[in-house]
Amino acid sequence: MSVDVLAALPRLAQRLGGEGAVLAAAERLSGGASMETWAFSVEAPGAARRDLILRRRAAPFDPDTARSISLSGEAALITAVRDTGAPAPPLVHLCDDQDGLGECHVTQRIAGETLGRRIVSDPRFDAVRPQLARQCGEIMAQIHATPPPAQAGLKSADFLGELARYEEVYRSSGAERPVLELAFQHLKTHAPEPASLVLLHGDFRNGNLMISPTTGVAAVLDWELSHIGDPAEDLGWICVNSWRFGRPDRPVGGFGDYADLLAGYEAAGGAPVSLKRLRTWQALGSLKWGVMCLMMYQSWASGLEASVERPMVGRRVSETEIDLVNLLEAGL
Amino acid sequence: MITHPKALELTTAVARWIDEMRPSLDPRNAFLARVSANALGVIGRELTLGPAAEAAATERLTVLLDYRGSFEDLNADLCRRLRAGEMTAETPGLLAALKANVLDQLAIDQPNYRHEGSSSFPA
Repeated sequence: MSVDVLAALPRLAQRLGGEGAVLAAAERLSGGASMETWAFSVEAPGAARRDLILRRRAAPFDPDTARSISLSGEAALITAVRDTGAPAPPLVHLCDDQDGLGECHVTQRIAGETLGRRIVSDPRFDAVRPQLARQCGEIMAQIHATPPPAQAGLKSADFLGELARYEEVYRSSGAERPVLELAFQHLKTHAPEPASLVLLHGDFRNGNLMISPTTGVAAVLDWELSHIGDPAEDLGWICVNSWRFGRPDRPVGGFGDYADLLAGYEAAGGAPVSLKRLRTWQALGSLKWGVMCLMMYQSWASGLEASVERPMVGRRVSETEIDLVNLLEAGL
Repeated sequence: MITHPKALELTTAVARWIDEMRPSLDPRNAFLARVSANALGVIGRELTLGPAAEAAATERLTVLLDYRGSFEDLNADLCRRLRAGEMTAETPGLLAALKANVLDQLAIDQPNYRHEGSSSFPA
């Protein structure tokens, strides 16, 4: 089903803004292929202009096979984590058939920067950058303390479960990459002890954070990969070198240190996590990203996706391989 | 091999045209145009660095596995041995050989990628 979003948005603007409300601006933001993100604004007589974000699923959603959650589940989730103090963008509207837009929701647009490279290197962020790792730790502790909302239908995954799932995907790809092969076997024999599973963001990294140049982390975005899992999964994921944007010397998102992340996590009530445990999950993160890159190439090779972005991501597997070799050389 | 123009000159010319036109595109297409120019960069580096990288990788695998074969056969055999646990991170020479091979591949795929083993950072 093809939907003309630009044609449907004026009606949505009227529904959200009431009598006399109009669509003031709308544009599709670049990025995701399966999920569309639109920025739009609503103006109504006598009311302040509202800057909003529409997130919309562009491809059909199969809850049985998809790893991502539905957008209605995401709506329940961001409402739940906000109740424990984590900065998710406030939900404004969950779309229904009346909107004619398919599966989507509307949230407030939070001001700030999401581009990882700018957050890491732009002088505008020099003042807040040293606080970001600690803030990320604090926010993760808040998310991990949130009771998972039942209507989100979240799946569970522990270390060995994640490893097995990605190994199966790797095997089905037919690729033969010695570093990935070594990483699968090494992590299988060096898996951390199981932990109590908690609510995870699931994609907490530089690139999914809205950063204010004055206050730091203003919002955590993109909750579609949320699931129940090991707290160290979120902590390790933000340290994967692929999202350090040219600053491997600052392991947390290219902006901070391990110690600040872990200190913020504990200070906000998170159960202590060792650096060794974090780094083991970081290695699994690099391995997962390597397999995802392979799969994005596969989705193009099989004819499922046509965008040139997909095969090119396949050439990012080697970045995860060098990161894995570095981790293995360091004994993780 | 045709040299007027060389394949590398064609990829360079197309990449330049993409860069010239990028400012006139909408954000989504500007992003895809940048990806396309990057793809031409990969092709160019694979044309110039690829043959020597594959020869060096084959040589390293030959030393590691102690027999001669094609890159594809040696690579497949190494994967099989790693999967079987016959070789591990502790196997002498393994990590060094894998690292050298990956660094050569990275020089083709993403020469500016900075990692924990990069000689100096920031850029």
